[in-house]
Amino acid sequence: MSQNLNNVIKQAEQIILGKPQQIRFALACLLARGHLLIEDLPGVGKTTLAHVLARTLGLQFQRIQFTSDLLPADILGVSVYQRDTGEFKFHPGPIFAQMILADEINRATPKAQSALLEAMEEQQVTIEGTTRALPAPFFVIATQNPAYQIGTFALPESQLDRFLMRIQMGYPDAHAERGLLSGVDRREIVAQLSPQMESNELLALQKRAREIFVSPALLDYVQAILRHTREQARYTHGLSPRAGLALLSAARAWALLDGRDAVIPEDVQAVLPGVVSHRLQAVGEHTKRSSELLVRDLIEAVAIP
Amino acid sequence: MNKSLIYGLLLSILMVIAPHADHLPIWVSSMCVGLLLWRGYLVYSGKALPKRWLLMSITFAGTVGIIFNFHTLFGREAGVTLLLMLAALKLMELRNARDAMVLVYLACFIIITNFFYSQSISTALYMLATLMVIVTTWVHLQAQGIALKPRLRIAAVLLMQALPLTLILFILFPRVQGPLWGLPQDAYASTGLDDRMSPGSLSRLGLSEAVAFRVTYSDKPPRRDQMYWRGPVLWYFDGRTWTPGIVTLSEAPKFTEVSQPIDYSVTLEPHNKPWLFALDVPDKLSVQSKLTYDFQVLNKEPVHARMRYTARSYLAYHANLQEAPRQLQRGLQLPRQSNPRAQQLAAEWRAGSKDDAAIVNTALSYFYKQGFVYTLEPPLLGSNTVDDFLFGTKQGFCEHYASAFVFLMRAANIPARVVTGYLGGEFNEVGNYYIVRQSDAHAWAEVWLAGKGWVRVDPTGAIAPDRVERGLSAALSDTAALPFMERNPPEWMRSLRFDLDALANQWNQWVLGYDTERQFAVLTRLGMESVTWQNMAINMMSGLAIVIALFALFMLRHLYTRQPDKVQAVWLKLCRKLADAGLPRAAHEGAQDYAVRVAAARPELAEAIHDLATRYTALRYGAHREEQAQREFIHLIQKFPSFRRTS
Repeated sequence: MSQNLNNVIKQAEQIILGKPQQIRFALACLLARGHLLIEDLPGVGKTTLAHVLARTLGLQFQRIQFTSDLLPADILGVSVYQRDTGEFKFHPGPIFAQMILADEINRATPKAQSALLEAMEEQQVTIEGTTRALPAPFFVIATQNPAYQIGTFALPESQLDRFLMRIQMGYPDAHAERGLLSGVDRREIVAQLSPQMESNELLALQKRAREIFVSPALLDYVQAILRHTREQARYTHGLSPRAGLALLSAARAWALLDGRDAVIPEDVQAVLPGVVSHRLQAVGEHTKRSSELLVRDLIEAVAIP
Repeated sequence: MNKSLIYGLLLSILMVIAPHADHLPIWVSSMCVGLLLWRGYLVYSGKALPKRWLLMSITFAGTVGIIFNFHTLFGREAGVTLLLMLAALKLMELRNARDAMVLVYLACFIIITNFFYSQSISTALYMLATLMVIVTTWVHLQAQGIALKPRLRIAAVLLMQALPLTLILFILFPRVQGPLWGLPQDAYASTGLDDRMSPGSLSRLGLSEAVAFRVTYSDKPPRRDQMYWRGPVLWYFDGRTWTPGIVTLSEAPKFTEVSQPIDYSVTLEPHNKPWLFALDVPDKLSVQSKLTYDFQVLNKEPVHARMRYTARSYLAYHANLQEAPRQLQRGLQLPRQSNPRAQQLAAEWRAGSKDDAAIVNTALSYFYKQGFVYTLEPPLLGSNTVDDFLFGTKQGFCEHYASAFVFLMRAANIPARVVTGYLGGEFNEVGNYYIVRQSDAHAWAEVWLAGKGWVRVDPTGAIAPDRVERGLSAALSDTAALPFMERNPPEWMRSLRFDLDALANQWNQWVLGYDTERQFAVLTRLGMESVTWQNMAINMMSGLAIVIALFALFMLRHLYTRQPDKVQAVWLKLCRKLADAGLPRAAHEGAQDYAVRVAAARPELAEAIHDLATRYTALRYGAHREEQAQREFIHLIQKFPSFRRTS
């Protein structure tokens, strides 16, 4: 694995204490050219994570705070009439950055949400008839507050599918929290962080991730997982082929992070919680189980062929 | 074209041509051998093939030779000869794969022609071996790079796969009665009883071991001295040769006071004559046949193919008590002015006896007392055969005795006739049937006595009772002239011969004798409700389709089942070993995770298991699988210690 990638992980771990797994998920998501949805309470370090990644990876960073009055133009940008030239000049919105933090995405109206989601999907935006490419790499971290759903527009399942992974931050453990509380202000450290990588290098890594080898034996395993979710009555519906592709590309990125040139079943199992928890819904008595346990059950139910 | 392929083709052609050698004209055989040797030399030396004009002239000369030899190019003999010659010539212009293909097909076709001449088990086995050689050569032609051993294996597998198809075709292919399946008349060697008997004709048969027919008795077999198998009845004597004469009556014979019925079935070898053999005297036969006035059974047509029939005979009988005067007159025919001494002897007997039966007895005791000898090699007789024999040589085989006896009876005014056929047979314990060979051929006499009808008298019995009771070899004092097996062979050889004959019998019954009737019986027993050719064809087609579909399913199995991976298999073996150590791998557990868990539980195994897990994941999920790495991995797992089961 690239030494720089290692440094990125190390640096992030120094700031976001006790969350190595989440950091790796976020990186894997980035390497797989997917987007990340973080669902958790405010104040658990979602924003910090995005900040840290942007700084250490040397990406342009933009934060969009989603509110109920946010309009698509606020995200994409707007053309303004220039009196001196008599022409319209396009003023790019915050979406024209390499890393976007879409904070509290569920507080905006579906109209604003879909503007972002379409940009995520197509890596380009069409404004007033002109198509404009978004910068590369392009990575969106959206956050969503699950606790207070009053006056919010929760993302429907079809939209959730646009995110490669959904993770939760969770509270830090006692040791990490102690370090957090006793240490220097995080924001100051973040400001001082030096980039460990150039965006070109990141693009190269993304390319490498796509080239990680997947053997027929591993495809068997992935298919077995997909088949299981489709055959079992405990899920409202099985995983889509797109989910299968997402699982593979995430597993490839995970293998790259582990410094391997081929995907092994452990990679699939590792990324499975992030990739499928927002795509699978349990029915009946199983709804009470947390999505984490649901994925655990899934892993244990499918034998590695 | 590579050398070993050409050698393979040479061997194929040699093997299919070889059995024909004994009936090909000698010049054709030598020509074929010459061509094969020449071709072999050309391959060996790497020299060029002969010029086209040379081949053309050889072909032309050979064809002309065949026309000259057979006066035709068609028909079995000429056609087969032409085919063989052309096959050998084709070898000389073997240039590309297409020529080789033609030769392979030609060789397959020549296999069939061999069955025109012999259909025995040994021929079939030899042809199977030949087919194996041909198919192996064919595989070589299709896939040049394969070594001999796998080529043989592929050929064997192909032949095995053909087996069920062959079986279905054999059982179900509609058999047609009649000439469509019949072979030309000259397909059969003609050995067996003739309807002409002259001195020496039967003793010549006595040397032949060929099987005449086989008999299975439904119940207890009759006594040996009652096993008279009735064949042609001879009435007319010209002084040397007995013939049936001109048949004048077509009435049915009459039996009276019959008793001791006996049922049996006969499998008759083809002998190209119309008569069928049955025990004296036959009553009913399962096949359409005619029972003549003198109790011969005649088939509708000459027996060209092996034939099976069941029959019922009566061992005790009175035959034709009321004989037509014309018939009795025929029984008194004698050549004019021949054998005066015998005539005179008969006249003396007639004068000194009170009835016919006494004369018969006198004659028998005459043979018994006058020092007659029973021998396979009697001396030659002059023009008055009966006189020469009775008063001169006094050595003879059964035909001499039967002939002389009937002559004497007729001379004494007692109606008499010669009956030829077979006597006795050899019991085969293995197959529980009797074999009647040509060497069992026999001739005896029948005389007509008022109040008794036609009575069988066997003059041979008077001088050599052993012939009647125990068989030919027991009756002859000098057995040197007999074939080896007819003398006293060692016991193991006898039983081996019985085994082989029993096998041949089964082959005849079930393979060669599988005709319309057999087929009907078999299919009915197999549960087919109406055996029509349409049903057979439908069943045959669907049977073939099913078998081919099964083969296809089997051969295309890689499409629906993945070949078990060798690496995976040995990995699972390692997991089983560790499971014995109390560390079973969960089904969903990846190799690396498992290695971590095993290493934690058994630190002494940590290094090995990590190494193996890494190798395994690299082999199973990696982009490149190297043979060497795979071998090492398999070797390491085999070396990995086994544990005693802890549970």
